[in-house]
Amino acid sequence: MPFYEHVYVARQDATPQAVEALTEELKGILEANGGTLASQESWGLRTLVYRIKKNRKGHYVLLNIDAPAKAVQEMERIQKINEDILRFMTVRVEAFEEGPSAMMKSRDRDDRRREFGDRDGGFGGGGGFGGDRPRRDRDDRPPRRDRDDAPRTEGAPS
Amino acid sequence: MSAPPNTATTNPARRPFFRRRKTDPFTGPQAPKIDYKDVRLLQRFISERGKIVPSRITAVSVKNQRALAKAIKRARFLALLPYVIS
Repeated sequence: MPFYEHVYVARQDATPQAVEALTEELKGILEANGGTLASQESWGLRTLVYRIKKNRKGHYVLLNIDAPAKAVQEMERIQKINEDILRFMTVRVEAFEEGPSAMMKSRDRDDRRREFGDRDGGFGGGGGFGGDRPRRDRDDRPPRRDRDDAPRTEGAPS
Repeated sequence: MSAPPNTATTNPARRPFFRRRKTDPFTGPQAPKIDYKDVRLLQRFISERGKIVPSRITAVSVKNQRALAKAIKRARFLALLPYVIS
């Protein structure tokens, strides 16, 4: 059976217990259709970056699913009906990640990483990496590919 | 890091702005895996306005840029990343 990673976002008003019950319900649907829930991970109440159905926050749950496509379809059908679920996404994967996902690893620092200042650094020399319009001189030109590698022609640049 | 003009190996008259070639941040032994759940990582590849930064600036390879764009779009759908920062 194929593996799926499934993330869903539940309404902020739902209690953690309600979300847990919801996960159990989804698990029941999967198992009724011949699938299994390999593991699950709750990311807790996170701030949504933009509002969804007037909600500013949502409970995120990640499910690692090993189930036939039909079971997943049935689960998604139920999720569409449920008003507590704001969003869900299923991604087929070749294999599950081991250990906690990247989300859990970064959570111990801060729930909401929205600082955009620390972005320099990684790419030394990125120059104007931060803005949409970082460097005029680059935007005006066609993307130059490998100027550094290209054979030099006589006309000196600039 | 724009390396200082290296007069030993390059012609200073023709190459006034020599810049060391950047390398793809997703290749190499310790390269991070592109994953839509890794918001911290993806955030480095969106602009202040929320746009995906072109690979010519970030030096991500073409193949990885495709994977990265997909991951960013998935994260956006789940409201982990913004579509636009206004």
